[in-house]
Amino acid sequence: MSYQVPRFRHPELPKNELGYTKADYEGSISTLCAGCGHDSISGSIVRACHELSIEPHKIAKLSGIGCSSKAPTYFLGNSHGFNSVHGRMPSVVTGAALANRDLLYLGVSGDGDTASIGMGQFAHVARRNLNMVYIVMNNGCYGLTKGQDSATADEGSASKKGEPSPFGAIDLCATALQLGATFVARSFSGDKEQLVPLIKAAISHRGFALIDVVSPCVTFNNNPQSTKSYEFVREHAEATGTIDFVPMRTEITTEYKPGYTHEVTMHDGSSIHLYKVDEDLNPFDRRSAINTIEDHRANGTILTGLIYMDEDSRDLHDVMETSQRPLNELTEAELCPGNKMLQNINASLR
Amino acid sequence: MKATDIKNPEYFHKVVDCQHACPAHTPVPEYIRLIAAQRYTEAYMVNWRSNVFPGILGRTCDRPCEPACRRVRVEEEPVAICRLKRVAADNKEDIRDLLPEIPTVKNGKRIALIGAGPASLTVARDLAPLGYIIDIFDNQFAGGGMMRSQIPSFRLPVEVLDEEVNYILERGVNATFDVEVDSLKSILDQDYDAVFVGTGAPRGKGLNLPGLEDASASVHLGIDWLSSVAFEHTHSIGKRVLVLGGGNTAMDCCRTSKRLGGEDVRVVVRSPFEDMKASPWEKEDAMHEGIPIYNNHVPKEFVVEDGKLLGMRFQKVEAQYDEEGNRSLVPTDEDLVFMEADEVLMAIGQENSFPWIERDLGIEFDKWDMPVVNEITFQSTNERVFFGGDAAFGPENVITAVAHGHQAAVSIDLFCKGEDVNKRLAPEVNLTSQKMGVHEWSYDNAIETDKRYVVPLAPLEASLADRKMEVELGFDVATGYKEAERCLNCDVQTVFYEDRCIECDACVDICPTDCITFTHNGDEDELRTRLTAPARELSQDLYVSADLPTQRVMVKDENVCLHCGLCAERCPTTAWDMQKFLYNVAQAGQ
Repeated sequence: MSYQVPRFRHPELPKNELGYTKADYEGSISTLCAGCGHDSISGSIVRACHELSIEPHKIAKLSGIGCSSKAPTYFLGNSHGFNSVHGRMPSVVTGAALANRDLLYLGVSGDGDTASIGMGQFAHVARRNLNMVYIVMNNGCYGLTKGQDSATADEGSASKKGEPSPFGAIDLCATALQLGATFVARSFSGDKEQLVPLIKAAISHRGFALIDVVSPCVTFNNNPQSTKSYEFVREHAEATGTIDFVPMRTEITTEYKPGYTHEVTMHDGSSIHLYKVDEDLNPFDRRSAINTIEDHRANGTILTGLIYMDEDSRDLHDVMETSQRPLNELTEAELCPGNKMLQNINASLR
Repeated sequence: MKATDIKNPEYFHKVVDCQHACPAHTPVPEYIRLIAAQRYTEAYMVNWRSNVFPGILGRTCDRPCEPACRRVRVEEEPVAICRLKRVAADNKEDIRDLLPEIPTVKNGKRIALIGAGPASLTVARDLAPLGYIIDIFDNQFAGGGMMRSQIPSFRLPVEVLDEEVNYILERGVNATFDVEVDSLKSILDQDYDAVFVGTGAPRGKGLNLPGLEDASASVHLGIDWLSSVAFEHTHSIGKRVLVLGGGNTAMDCCRTSKRLGGEDVRVVVRSPFEDMKASPWEKEDAMHEGIPIYNNHVPKEFVVEDGKLLGMRFQKVEAQYDEEGNRSLVPTDEDLVFMEADEVLMAIGQENSFPWIERDLGIEFDKWDMPVVNEITFQSTNERVFFGGDAAFGPENVITAVAHGHQAAVSIDLFCKGEDVNKRLAPEVNLTSQKMGVHEWSYDNAIETDKRYVVPLAPLEASLADRKMEVELGFDVATGYKEAERCLNCDVQTVFYEDRCIECDACVDICPTDCITFTHNGDEDELRTRLTAPARELSQDLYVSADLPTQRVMVKDENVCLHCGLCAERCPTTAWDMQKFLYNVAQAGQ
């Protein structure tokens, strides 16, 4: 058994604008089961962060408990990390984000961590529109405790040794839309062509960006009776359209395909191009997004791709008018503005 | 692209770069693993079977394997393959019981071998165990050919040479030494069933420059002078020595001169330093011994006064390259350079010479007066006469001569059995899974990042004082182990079973060198532009699977695969497996 990845890399690995190769965004060797979808999501996160030329020390990855929440060890080894209490990742991110708005917050969670024990936390972080990327590695089961059904297991879906689930599934995308999330997407761990641009767009989005990634559990939930198996998802996924992410710094060249139907300029100046978007979906309209999700559920297909995006999103910092600078950069004079200022404040409250 | 046919042994053979580059196709990673396991005798025998002279080659081989080593492409320096071979030779136990038996009852076929160099000795070794009666004729006092006459003892101790030559000569071979074969007809007239000519490229080239006639007493041909030293006819040389030429013979000449009394020994070469024919390490060794190399100097004339050589004049030149990379040496406008010299050694090349082969024996000679020899069978236009080594196609090296010898032996055996010599034998191939458990391999798949280890040398002063003292000390066992661990085990192949693949991407994600891509198929040129990492090394193949359920294919660029086995470890369905590919060139009688 290998305990570390060999140090040698492809000698011609492309370098990003910071001079880093993809290897600089990798983490330790995965200890998840061979073939776990989560590893592919890790690979997509590595690719997205490398291609966006984000400085690794400007990223904080946070997680709860579960297979998914182990995953941050396996990517972004040079970034900040916090492995928190089960289901409580959103609270920790909220605290961190309020203290330092300059970091990119990447929350990684699972279907148990989000849709069961962490449901309350998930609801409020979405409602507050905290500026973060929230990735759910959704395999419909509790892999770490031998594959019991989770709250996202579809009704009638059975894991390897289990009975068909008697309950309906929580659809995290539909839930997030109801709760006020401003960027909602679904993808599949086995489709990096879709997932990588979605992660990039989510990173650029200012506000709460949920990506619910169906990520098969090869050990407990990759059997023919499961609706979260590689085969089932491949056969039943229907994309809302394809998406390209165009970073601000890149001039639009032929590398980017023409013929997009929507162009969205993001808060940071980059833009996303959408192609061949589902005729029934207006991805900028919440009602349309919810309807489309429901239509696909009724048809037995899995809607993937960008589902909803609020172009005018105002995140928690905007709403609360928080400090523009990280708290650790504030000087004593700013934090303790003196007796006169206190008198003014007191006077204003009388 | 068409799906790769891994049943064709040549596909995986090519992945083992070192073995593929070796003229004799020695299974390099196989013996390196045995060295790491301290199984030196077995490592030696893997070599001996393939290259016949592991101890000799472990010191003197031209090492075509090393520039081919994958380590060059992923790190910088190749595994010290050649010096590891010596570790096996230095540490082996008595191997005589392991050598093939020589039948006492012969098969009745008589073979004459002219010359007792590496090519002939290889033919003898391959044919003697099959019951052939082998008669060797050589003009030196002992076997070994140029390995004895031209490789100085400080690079190849005579004990090592004798040991490996004698494994052959002492086992059912009739050798006649100190005999000059001056007529091939006289040999053919003795009714041999086949004759093998392995007489090398024995004639040194000279430079006919002004003043040569008067200076001739002080001017020698490099290879002749080296053999005269080796055979103890020459014991000294003048204090100031000029060695002309930039090949390995020049390096041997200058280093030998330094040991025979030369104080101001210089190598003077026409070409730029980088273009010199000598192996880089041989140039380094010469410079390490305080011998300067003057490049871009074209010899013009010998300067002689009162019948005594004073020195030589050289024209300084500049190398210029045209658009096609052709070099021309253009004289600079500087004056001729004069260098003092008591003696001059000319080591500018050597050539074949067959004055002893009558031209009416049915052996066709080409316009360069070289015999016409089939490049695969080594048969000449006289079906009874075979050529090999430098005698076949001009000067090469020991390992090439060995490779020729093996193939000529195959041909001679087929010919003597009345079979078609053009029907070559298929290689002996074995592909075995290395899987021992869920994540366990029977080879050491961890990748070491150690840099190449340097072979220790004897103290300079002591080695310059004794021409027979071996300069290189060889790796000790501990360093040999560490160097062996640098080997990437390129013979442990990544074998892909598309019917098991669920396209989970685990292999793509884990591969440290981004070798693997799942994508739709296309032409090779176009496909190479769509892979996970650049695939610009066109000499390295793409391994392409048949169509997968998603209508994509698996494409693996073999170029910088570390053979670390992680793709197979991370594969949930054993669609990848690590399988050891052992490839041995078939030898006579198999």
